[in-house]
Amino acid sequence: MAKEKLDISKHILVPKHTKLSDEEVKSLLEEYNISLKQLPKILKNDPAISDLGAKPGDVIKIERHSPTVGKTYYYRVVSNA
Amino acid sequence: MSYDDLIKEYESKLPGRLIEDFRKQAEEFNLSKQDAKKVLQALEKKYIESKINPGEAIGIITAESFGEPGTQMTLRTFHLAGVAEANITLGLPRLIEIFDARKDISTPTMEIYLKKDVKTDEKTLDKIISKIKEIKLEEVLKEISINIIKLHIELSLNKSRLSDLDLTEEQVFKTIKSSFKNCEVMNNDGVITLKPKAKEVTLSVVYSLKEKVKSTPVKGIQGITQVLPVKRKDGELLLMSSGSNLSKVLEIEEVDATRTMTNDLFEIAKIFGIEAARQAIINEASKVIQDQALDIDERHIMFISDAMTTTGVIKGITRSGISGEKESVLARASFETPVVHLVNASLVGEVDYLNSVIENVLLNQPVPLGTGLPDLITHMREK
Repeated sequence: MAKEKLDISKHILVPKHTKLSDEEVKSLLEEYNISLKQLPKILKNDPAISDLGAKPGDVIKIERHSPTVGKTYYYRVVSNA
Repeated sequence: MSYDDLIKEYESKLPGRLIEDFRKQAEEFNLSKQDAKKVLQALEKKYIESKINPGEAIGIITAESFGEPGTQMTLRTFHLAGVAEANITLGLPRLIEIFDARKDISTPTMEIYLKKDVKTDEKTLDKIISKIKEIKLEEVLKEISINIIKLHIELSLNKSRLSDLDLTEEQVFKTIKSSFKNCEVMNNDGVITLKPKAKEVTLSVVYSLKEKVKSTPVKGIQGITQVLPVKRKDGELLLMSSGSNLSKVLEIEEVDATRTMTNDLFEIAKIFGIEAARQAIINEASKVIQDQALDIDERHIMFISDAMTTTGVIKGITRSGISGEKESVLARASFETPVVHLVNASLVGEVDYLNSVIENVLLNQPVPLGTGLPDLITHMREK
């Protein structure tokens, strides 16, 4: 029986993931004065980014809803393994 | 009056929730532009003041914030949840489970929500439950016995039970056949016989086979032993299960795949990704804390959960998790099993750069915290 693939992005636990462009990555790293290595990581085979076609080294922007500040952004760098 | 242009100016300086609160209040009191600006300025000042200072030891504050209420929790932990008579680990044991990121938790449970348009009368509920709950062969058996002379197993099925579960004899026969490929399976007028194909069949082989046959799943989802309908406070009906198998449950048509949840963090990480797992850690920890009527600021929980998921996988606060991945040898050694860490580090000649707190405490040096954090770095001019 062919089942349609589960769309996990609709789940309440899954925030919105988007891929940053190269310029956005550059300005992000400049703003926080950090290197790519210092960002939190996300695995390249993470189910939440499977549709984004992200390669290791790309930065994923995550739109979180925090109970304390409302909408916030979090960034994770795609890592191998 | 519209405050949009003012708000635009402060959008990057203040968090979204503060701005929304400001907008509401300003509209309610019908502030003039000048007053509104003053309020925003004051807000910004307060906001900056309330930020944590660089060099503040937030990890220690978090640890203390959990530690103190945690000591009060231990006294009343092991008790029934009262939710539909299901026994769920709560209190300190559960909190330890979460923060240690245990792979096999003691009571996996799922909260299975149904789609809004699914009727919740008894009949449909029973049908959905029978799709989820794992039914073993022994539950639909009328009789099972070993024929000692022919050395095979004879079993007959309980037909009324089968029709209750929406199963046919044929289906059960097929499942048995496919799960016991090394046996000759035959169906003679409602009596199913199983005979091992091996050349020498002893009674003990047949006996152990009988036990295996009894526990063969014939319907439902593996690992889910119990499903109970529970009414929430707002009247919505949901199913609570003991045992967890998220991926299979989400495939069921009537299940609302946008809200169904498990308390198994690793399952969530596998199916929904690391960000969902982070949120799940927060939810699960807050559940315990609220349940125990403790008051721990959510920022602490968020911080722990962030720390546990920075590497992209869930890491517990254990010597094999985040505490075991610290860069400094001395920091690792000071947590658990010091000798192992020291021996391993000396075998490979690790270097400790003394960048963090605990190693400097050990060496009686000022720690890089608070006012100890800033350093003067001089670039020596080459001669």
